[in-house]
Amino acid sequence: MNARIDPLDVPADPPGPFQPRSGQRGSGFLTGPLRLGTTPSATVGPYLAIGLTWPDGEQAAAEGTEGGFWIRGRVFDGAGDVVPDAMVETWQADPDGRFPSPEDPRGPAAYPGFRGYARAQTLTGEFAVFTLKPGRVPDGEGGLQAPHIDVSVFARGLLDRVVTRIYFADETEANAEDAVLRSLPDDAARQTLLATPADDGYRFDIRLQGEHETVFFAV
Amino acid sequence: MTRSTSDGGSESGLVLPRYLQEDPALRVPVAFPDYRSTGLRAPLRTPVDLPHRLTEVTGPVLGADRVTAADADLTVRTGGEAVGQRILVHGRVLDSDGRPVPDALVEVWQANAAGRYRHVVDTWPAPLDPHFDGLGRVVTDSLGRYEFLTVKPGAYPWGNHHNAWRPAHIHFSLFGRAFPQRLVTQMYFPDDPLFGQDPIFNAIPPAARHRAISRFSLERTQDNWALAFEWDIVLRGTGQTPFETDDDGDVA
Ligand SMILES: [Fe+3]
Repeated sequence: MNARIDPLDVPADPPGPFQPRSGQRGSGFLTGPLRLGTTPSATVGPYLAIGLTWPDGEQAAAEGTEGGFWIRGRVFDGAGDVVPDAMVETWQADPDGRFPSPEDPRGPAAYPGFRGYARAQTLTGEFAVFTLKPGRVPDGEGGLQAPHIDVSVFARGLLDRVVTRIYFADETEANAEDAVLRSLPDDAARQTLLATPADDGYRFDIRLQGEHETVFFAV
Repeated sequence: MTRSTSDGGSESGLVLPRYLQEDPALRVPVAFPDYRSTGLRAPLRTPVDLPHRLTEVTGPVLGADRVTAADADLTVRTGGEAVGQRILVHGRVLDSDGRPVPDALVEVWQANAAGRYRHVVDTWPAPLDPHFDGLGRVVTDSLGRYEFLTVKPGAYPWGNHHNAWRPAHIHFSLFGRAFPQRLVTQMYFPDDPLFGQDPIFNAIPPAARHRAISRFSLERTQDNWALAFEWDIVLRGTGQTPFETDDDGDVA
């Protein structure tokens, strides 16, 4: 054995002078804003009726409220078949263009008989929501939006809700001024958002897929 | 709360929050091919971006008047006690800025201990429980906390593929304070051996799956009574920290 070989005599690494690692050493946890990861969404599944049925669910406005009407419609899948296990939720301003919500920076409104929110299932083949015509709401750019209702659609086979808007076909002038409608590429797209007058209110069908697929929004 | 009005009369001066969207890499896609029902239902076109205006930054006030204390106990229905492993499910509802969401309506529904739903569409050969309807409702307290007592749901087959079984789960539906905070989701239990074959669970991007799984909580487990599972739910925030708000008195 050669006595001059020492297995513990390890040369310096790196051979040059010490240089600390540049940049941040931690995860950035303390310097970035506090941000929690949001809970992932999931489908409502086929049994949503157990958890999401309310006796007055379909009523954004109490029965008998003056000016009230029904919006009825069907939800179609990509094969053109009616979806019988969907739920449609609506949220909208009252006829004065105000919201029954403390988050309205103009202050919460309390329009008599008006809740602004409704949920309806499609068990019979169509959903039905009783409501009032929403007023025009500022668009934040100095103009007014056309009367509209925000809509969420939930169903088995949708891993997240899909969001659309109901506008009214008999609001031609307001619709022509509406920032959201104007931003859509063509009349065919705008057409998918128009509720049309019917016997006791309006009809609004939702097409999840297909040639006339409803315009859905990322909110 | 997370906005200000810059003038008294004109409404064009309103400054509205924009609710943050989760990192797209961590979001559940609307469609997932292994979950077959998405094939004909999930829209195929790219959704149009909708800036948040007044309709989007507001939301309904629901809850207190439609929820009773009994709604938080799913184990006692129609005059008797449900069969199964009693569990307390509890946690907090927060937004992604870390703020609690008080007064939020939380609706839950689930299968019974044998994995059967009380619903006409569910006809697989597992027994119904006369004292279990699978529906619960609670409203979060001023700190965003919720709790309900139920029985642990069983797994159930669902026909998506051969020998397809859903991992045990509880369906949750939540309203925050604004339209973008609406969430319907499912809570899972730790270490479920059925995760690997379940496309609804696996549609969640891998880095976000842990957020859907509750935590066994020995400290809240009740001696001689019930196990406990903890699950915090995070809704979308606006990117404003609690210190920038003027709506609460508990900021030091
Ligand atoms: Fe389920």
